[in-house]
Amino acid sequence: MRERQVSQGARRAREFEAFVAGAAGRLLHAATLLTAEAPDDNPRAQRLLTLSLAHTYACWDRLRGEDPYDRARQYLATRFARGAWHQYGGLGRGRPHPGSALGALAPQERLIVVLRLYEGVAEEQAAALLGLPVERVRTICDRATATLLHPSRGPAPKVAGAKVVPS
Amino acid sequence: MNRPEREAAVRRIMERTPPQVPPELYGEIVRRGGRMLRRRRAARRLMWLLLWVGVVAFTVWALMAHPWVEPPSETTPPLTGW
Repeated sequence: MRERQVSQGARRAREFEAFVAGAAGRLLHAATLLTAEAPDDNPRAQRLLTLSLAHTYACWDRLRGEDPYDRARQYLATRFARGAWHQYGGLGRGRPHPGSALGALAPQERLIVVLRLYEGVAEEQAAALLGLPVERVRTICDRATATLLHPSRGPAPKVAGAKVVPS
Repeated sequence: MNRPEREAAVRRIMERTPPQVPPELYGEIVRRGGRMLRRRRAARRLMWLLLWVGVVAFTVWALMAHPWVEPPSETTPPLTGW
């Protein structure tokens, strides 16, 4: 019994290590895009990634065939959505780094662009994850795309209710 | 520029500079994840313990107090002096 537990723990550790080796790079890139930090100086993105992968580690045995990458990404997105309102909004904290690709966008726009275009999540899934209507996700995505491709026009005017809905 | 072209252009912008994963991240993840697991296990054990204590306390109280026995009536005055 004891031996079986030990071998199960070892197998679990091996599996998790393989998962992290495969997923950490891509997830860290996504997190760095979300927090709008420079690629070589991203403490907040690293913290976000650590928390979401630790969460995945904690529920590794209860995944039951669910995709761990999906789970980690969901946790990352909702955690960012919750934290964005408190940490990265106003107050002069967390100004986007000029070297960041998505620095011109608001946190919610970054979240939707990263989910939809970088991660390739379907519109309906992204909307369900963030608790927004599908049309709103499409609108925000289009506006963010326009802001990114035509930076000379300046950022689009803020729409009322552009806050991140906690979900 | 139609929608797929725009989306492809944004994807190219995003994929330009991938960050390096620091090697010490894995240890930190396992440390935090293990702590989360231990805390959850402790919380579950505490919940079961409280449930068990509650069941035992209720049983003991029920055996002592016999709440199913009808208490003697107190509204009728005692019959005295006849």
